[in-house]
Amino acid sequence: MAEETLFKVTIDNITVEVPAGTTILQAARKIGGEVTPPAMCYYSKLQGSGGKCRTCLVEVSKGSEKDPRPMPKLVASCRTTVMDGMEVKNVTSPRVQEARAGVVEFLLINHPLDCPICDQAGECHLQDLSYEHGKEGSRYEFQKRTFKKVDLGEYIQLHMTRCILCYRCVFAADQISPKREHGVLDRGDHAQIATFIQKNLHNEFIGNVIDVCPVGALTDKTFRFKNRVWFTKPVNAHRHCDKCCGEVQLWLRGDEVFRVTARKDEWGEVKEASNGKTGWICNDCRFEKKNLADWVIEGPTNVNRHSVIAQNKYVGLVKPTETFPAIMKGRNPKLLMDIHSVSEVNKPNIHLSQLERPAHSTDFNQ
Amino acid sequence: MAKFSEQQMKEFQRLVNRYPEGKQKSALLPVLHLAQESFGGWLSTETMDYVADLLQLEPIEVYEVATFYSMFNTQPVGKYMFEVCQTGPCMLNGSDEIISYIKEKLGIKAGETTPDGMFTLKTVECLGACGYAPMMQLGNNYREHLTKEKVDAIIEECRNNAARNN
Amino acid sequence: MGVKLLLAKAHIEGIRSYDVYRREGGYQAVEKALKTMSPDAVVEEVKKSGLRGRGGAGFPTGMKWSFIAKPEGVPRHLVCNADESEPGTFKDRYLMEHIPHLLIEGLIVSSFALGSNNTYIYIRGEYAWIVDILEKAIEEAKQNGWLGNNILGTGFDCNIYVQRGAGAYICGEETALLESLEGKRGNPRIKPPFPAIKGVWDRPTVVNNVETLAAVVPIINLGGEEYAKIGVGRSTGTKLISACGNINKPGVYEIDMTISVEEFIYSEEYCGGIKNGKRLKACIPGGSSVPILPANLLLKTAKGETRYMNYESLSDGGFATGSMMGSGGFIVFDEDQCVVRHTYTLARFYRHESCGQCSPCREGTGWMEKILLRLENGHGKMSDIDLLWDIQSKIEGNTICPLGDAAAWPVAAAIRHFRDEFEWHVLHPNEAQVRNFGLAHYADPLQVPAGA
Ligand SMILES: Cc1cc2nc3c(=O)[nH]c(=O)nc-3n(C[C@H](O)[C@H](O)[C@H](O)COP(=O)(O)O)c2cc1C
Ligand code: SF4
Ligand code: SF4
Ligand code: FES
Ligand code: FES
Repeated sequence: MAEETLFKVTIDNITVEVPAGTTILQAARKIGGEVTPPAMCYYSKLQGSGGKCRTCLVEVSKGSEKDPRPMPKLVASCRTTVMDGMEVKNVTSPRVQEARAGVVEFLLINHPLDCPICDQAGECHLQDLSYEHGKEGSRYEFQKRTFKKVDLGEYIQLHMTRCILCYRCVFAADQISPKREHGVLDRGDHAQIATFIQKNLHNEFIGNVIDVCPVGALTDKTFRFKNRVWFTKPVNAHRHCDKCCGEVQLWLRGDEVFRVTARKDEWGEVKEASNGKTGWICNDCRFEKKNLADWVIEGPTNVNRHSVIAQNKYVGLVKPTETFPAIMKGRNPKLLMDIHSVSEVNKPNIHLSQLERPAHSTDFNQ
Repeated sequence: MAKFSEQQMKEFQRLVNRYPEGKQKSALLPVLHLAQESFGGWLSTETMDYVADLLQLEPIEVYEVATFYSMFNTQPVGKYMFEVCQTGPCMLNGSDEIISYIKEKLGIKAGETTPDGMFTLKTVECLGACGYAPMMQLGNNYREHLTKEKVDAIIEECRNNAARNN
Repeated sequence: MGVKLLLAKAHIEGIRSYDVYRREGGYQAVEKALKTMSPDAVVEEVKKSGLRGRGGAGFPTGMKWSFIAKPEGVPRHLVCNADESEPGTFKDRYLMEHIPHLLIEGLIVSSFALGSNNTYIYIRGEYAWIVDILEKAIEEAKQNGWLGNNILGTGFDCNIYVQRGAGAYICGEETALLESLEGKRGNPRIKPPFPAIKGVWDRPTVVNNVETLAAVVPIINLGGEEYAKIGVGRSTGTKLISACGNINKPGVYEIDMTISVEEFIYSEEYCGGIKNGKRLKACIPGGSSVPILPANLLLKTAKGETRYMNYESLSDGGFATGSMMGSGGFIVFDEDQCVVRHTYTLARFYRHESCGQCSPCREGTGWMEKILLRLENGHGKMSDIDLLWDIQSKIEGNTICPLGDAAAWPVAAAIRHFRDEFEWHVLHPNEAQVRNFGLAHYADPLQVPAGA
């Protein structure tokens, strides 16, 4: 193969080099941290996904080295590929922050606000999103759209009221299960995920729709005692399976297996298996192996900071009180910077906190 | 279960032949129109499954499409469906009054069918007849410049047609 | 009388049939193009003509055609957009109903230019009877050797098929149309790739409006340069306008884009003035998606100049004080009409027609509709007006396809120009149920800033 062309792209003033064809979102993930836009519908392992939720909108302030004109509209970073010399603004763009807050509000107007009783609480990406990017309170004063919960067979429950129509489960059923029997019916604000006629979904890999669902719309019916997930302890485990990689995450309480899921990476996506193959797991591993004896335990899972579950202190981890949310009325900072590295005035050798009195300009002239 | 007649099957083939090899899914909309016309004005699950089978699609692909487009009825409808436009330009010319009049005359609300299964009233959005407002679609044709008198005459006409065809 | 290129012969008895159409000089453009020109020369001629897309966006057609990819061995397609569903627009229907062979002729020439051997007309499902008219015209053209294999012995093959939609405005958006043509839900695609590279069945595709493709016939007959002499500036040729609302003579008119808006509304040749001797309150000049203008800004620009019926003049002043040519759907309001109610019906329309793929449009359109209904019914609050403004601003520009913008603009423009009427609904909830706000000051002459 020919030498890979590398493009330089700068996101929130941080520059990375990525192969041509990389999306802005993937480039931002390479940088990691705050500059990575949230993605509710894009899923790197599902072809054709993305572009729909609009949470990942960013501003392209410079199109490329060749054509430096900015793009007039915000673009979906998950579906826009980088150009050489492109400059992108995410957290540094007030326009993006404003638009994203709007998108979050749109996603929430018809979403129930009953997180405390939702099965997904603690691992819901929408919860994280509204916590990080939303505004307080809702201006929506009308009745919310609701649907009845339906059982899609013995394994999966659909609670359409919570769905954000990301289409991930549709792509997943198309691409990783042998047969798709559910889809998006109706259109516009009536659109819904459904099977049309009562259908049981139980083909071999269909359970993966639960793992790709960013909210609590598709849940595992075999999840015993659906407690808040934070009472359970995730551990990595594996078994020999001839259908899938057999590498999973067990959600334990004591010796009891409450639930089995695929392993996720830091972006909440199903990870590749250790042999480099896909990490999707089969229904057998997911739904039918609920004895600890079925599994070889590897050790506790590292849960990423991103999710609310990480706020809890299982796996013997004691977290210090978060000062930022505390002083910012429960909200996290959008951007955290070391003031010494960006300010001409605050030199690192001056310890303002050690002064007995308010700082004066003369304090900086030492 | 209902199946296409030989005649209808010919039409089906004609529709499918318009598209390149292996792209027979493209015929889905025209075939659903054909099925709806052939099997009582609506698409039952059996009908959709039959279409899926003919075009070698998964049934869900057909359900997804049938529920997206407003002309496909996935519930039974009356023999005559009055689809009255209610969008802005028609509203400027009195579509609201026409709709109220039809409701009163037939004793049903929008979206309902008369108990005898004769008429369904549906309010729809702009049908491209804004200059000839108020208007409605009846079967494959438009009835334009509606007045109360015209509505009376149309209802009469439908009743007569139904009587004649029985 | 202005120049007529498309509808000049539309009223000739029997013009719908092949024989009459041919006798009147029909299919000369096909002869000329196929026998004496190369495909590239046809594209060149269309470029010279300055023709701009008549579907709404006004993109130069010749330029669009020159973008089509030509990979070796991959078929290309021309698709004619006859979905015509924008409220206020019914011009394509008129053309297809009255003079169908003009479209077929335009399609043959354009297919030749683009190298499309299988061309599709995607027509809105409700126009069921027009499908029959078109299929009959296609059959006649085939019988007479204008379609099929080796047309006029030139080796060019072309078939035209009519595909019926099934009730979805969104399928007028070109990528949704292509999805629908593939037998799928009409969800617009995420661009890029553009249809010119990957269109229907992943093949290079050009989508053009009915009127655009029909205009190719006079362009070839006259020559691009002659065509460009008609009209003014970058608004070349003629444009079909479908006029509706409260006017004496609603209908479809062909204009040469040099007449003023005032003449169009009041002259006997066109709309014939406001119905029942009433006064003009407002107008949406280019289909429901474009900004509504009060009478004073419609007839004159903010600079006090006469406004003309062409692309540039209608958009003079931008969205602050102007509007757009759009699809040519001209909706006229008399002094008794309620702008709030009309805006509500449009919001309902866009909510109903949203495909539901992206969150701002799916959720925002429904929210705007609910607030507008509340205002219209006298249960609104002052803060609703600002809320509406904020919602529309968060939809606009943030969606996959322009339907989001199309839903946002009418609301924005109604508030921008008719805020008093919205406020009156809030302040006089009971009165607003029994009478309309009326003409108010919307036709008063505008103060023109000195030196403007
Ligand atoms: C929501 C939406 C609806 C549209 N509806 C139509 C339509 O009904 N007819 C049409 O010709 N173009 C329509 N368009 C414009 C098409 O996307 C496309 O620009 C047009 O067909 C190109 O043809 P033209 O260049 O000849 O105008 C619509 C666009 C949008 C965003
Ligand atoms: S059910 Fe879940 S995965 Fe499927 S569309 Fe809804 S939110 Fe997305
Ligand atoms: S803007 Fe509206 S119609 Fe267009 S893709 Fe998004 S949801 Fe669909
Ligand atoms: S993640 Fe990019 S639009 Fe949803
Ligand atoms: S608004 Fe009724 S047909 Fe257009």
